[in-house]
Amino acid sequence: MTWLNRVRNAIPFVAKRETSEQLWHKCKGCGEMVFLKEYEDNQHVCPSCDHHGRIRPAQRFEALFDKGSWTTLPTPLVREDPLKFRDTKRYVDRLKQARQATGESDALINAMGEIAEQKAVIGVQDFAFMGGSMGLGVGEAFILGTKAAIENNCPYIIFTASGGARMQEGILSLMQMPKMTVGVQRLKDAGLPYIVVLTDPTSGGVMASYALLGDLHLAEPGATLAFTGRRVIENTIREKLPDDFQTSEYLLDHGMIDMIVHRHALRDKLSTVMGYLMAGRTANRAA
Amino acid sequence: MTSYLEFEKPIAELESRIADLRETANGEINIDAEVAKLQDKVDRQIRAVYGKLTPWQKTMVARHPERPHFKHYVAGLFDEFVPLAGDRAFGDDQAILGGFARKGDTRLMVIGHEKGDDTQSRLKHNFGMGKPEGYRKAIRLMDLADRFGLPVVTLIDTAGAFPGIQAEERGQAEAIARSTEHCLALGVPLVAMVLGEGGSGGAVALAAADRVLMMEHAVYSVISPEGCASILWRTGDKADEAAAAMRITASDLKSLGVVDQVIEEPLGGAHRDHAGTIANIGEALFSSLGALDGIAPADLRTRRQDKYLRIGVV
Repeated sequence: MTWLNRVRNAIPFVAKRETSEQLWHKCKGCGEMVFLKEYEDNQHVCPSCDHHGRIRPAQRFEALFDKGSWTTLPTPLVREDPLKFRDTKRYVDRLKQARQATGESDALINAMGEIAEQKAVIGVQDFAFMGGSMGLGVGEAFILGTKAAIENNCPYIIFTASGGARMQEGILSLMQMPKMTVGVQRLKDAGLPYIVVLTDPTSGGVMASYALLGDLHLAEPGATLAFTGRRVIENTIREKLPDDFQTSEYLLDHGMIDMIVHRHALRDKLSTVMGYLMAGRTANRAA
Repeated sequence: MTSYLEFEKPIAELESRIADLRETANGEINIDAEVAKLQDKVDRQIRAVYGKLTPWQKTMVARHPERPHFKHYVAGLFDEFVPLAGDRAFGDDQAILGGFARKGDTRLMVIGHEKGDDTQSRLKHNFGMGKPEGYRKAIRLMDLADRFGLPVVTLIDTAGAFPGIQAEERGQAEAIARSTEHCLALGVPLVAMVLGEGGSGGAVALAAADRVLMMEHAVYSVISPEGCASILWRTGDKADEAAAAMRITASDLKSLGVVDQVIEEPLGGAHRDHAGTIANIGEALFSSLGALDGIAPADLRTRRQDKYLRIGVV
C-alpha cells in the first residue's frame, strides 16, 4: 500500500480505494494472479493449479459443517507465559501481537456441529497464530475438544497445522505430547473415532504425537508433513533429499496416511468415513 | 586421561599439579601433606564451580564423554541383565537397548538410550539417537512387560531422535507417538530416569512415566539450546541464553512439576564417580518401584494419565 492510499483510506468520508493486495492473490503454487474473491470462494484453493493455501479455523468450519449447525467452543484458561520467557522479544508481547493479528486467543479452535447431519467436534489449528505452535493453550483446547466429543457421543476431528512445539514454553510444550496423547486414549476408551486431517504444514512434536495417532489419517494434497524439517536434515546429515520428501504424497507412499483428499471433497469424505466408524454405535443404540 | 570442560580449567590445573608432584616424588619423597593440601584446594574449587553451574554449563556436564551410560547403569543397578533385540519389522536399533533385568527378587524390564563411550561404540550406538525401529523395539518390550506383569524402568540419555532420511522414511514421528502412547497405556509401573540429555520427542517417547527421576546435572528440554538459539535468536552463539530461558535444569523441572525427584550427583558430577552416582539413583529407583507396587493396573493407568492431563491447567 502506498502512503497516499494509506492516508486516503484513513479518511473516513473518502471511499476506500481497493489496492492490488486487496484484489489479487498470487498463488504460491503456480505464481498466477488470482482474483482474491474467487480464491476465497474456492476455499483458498488455486483455480488454475489446485494448490491448497492455508485457511483459518472459521473458514474451515464454514466449509465443513452444515449451514448454521455449528458453534465454536470456549477456549480454555491456561498458565500464561509460565517461564517468563524472553528471546529477542518477550513472549507475552509475541502473544499479544498474535492475538491482535488473528483475533484468537491461541492456536487451536474447536467447534461443534453437524457434517451432513452427523454430529462432530472439529478442532482446527491456526498456522497464523505463532505458526500453530503447540503449547499449553493448544494442549488444553485439544483436551476440551476430546471431552466435548465424549460428552456428545461423536467423533473428534483434528485439522493439524503447526511448526511444532512452542519453544517459549520450554519443557511444558514438550509435555503437551503425552498430555494430548491421553486425550486420544480417552476417546478410544469411549469407543469414539479420532480422525486426523493433516494440512500444510505440520511438523515436529505435533507430527510425533496426536497427528499420527488417529484411527484414520487424511491429508490435503501437497502439504508439507515432516518430523524433522528438511533443512535440519540436510544440514546435520548432509544427505540428498528427494524432491517430494515429506509431502502428503510421500507419506501416502510410505504407508503413514490412509488417503489424500482435495479440500472440496473433504466434507463428503469425512461424512462417509464417519458413517462407517459410527455404524456399530448407531446399530447398538437402535437395538 | 580425564577430559575437562572449559569451565573446569582451574580444577584441571590443580589436578595436574598433583600429578606432577607425584611423578617428581616418584614414591621416594613423602609428599602426603602437600598432596592433601592441594587435594583440599581441588575439592573447594570443584564445590565452588559445581555449586553455581549455569544451565549451559550443566548441558556440557550432561554431555560429558565420561558420564556413565546405559551399560554402566545396568551393570551397576542389577544382578542380571538379559538383553532382548529387534522390532520384528525392520531391524535392531543399537541406540535404544532393552531387556529383562533382576535385582534380588525384583524382576523388571529395562529400556534406554545408549550413547557409547568411544569412537567405535558411539558409531555403533549412533550417539544415542534412536531410529523408528528402536522406538518400535521399546513398544514391543513395553507390551511384553505389560502382559507379564513386569515393571518398566527407562533410562533417558539422548540428544534427540535421529534426524535422518531413513528415519523419516520409516515413520520416525509415528514411532515416537506410539511409544509415548504405550508408556501412557501401561498397566504396570513405569519409572523414567533422565540421566544425561533428555532431548525432546526422542526422550519423552520413553519418559511419560508414573515417576520421573532426574540427575542433578542432567538437562531435559523441548529442543537443544543451540537449536532454540538458532531459531529464536537466529544465531547458535546464544545457546547459553537459550539454555537459561528454556529452564532445562533438574531443579527447574522439579519446580515446574515435570520431574518428581532430583538425584544428587557426587562432587564434581557423575563422570567423576560412577559407583557413587549409580548408588544414589539406585536407592531412589527401588523406593519408587516399591511405592508403585501393588497398585491395580487400571488405577495405575488412570493416575498416570491424570498426571499428564493436569500439566498447565490453571
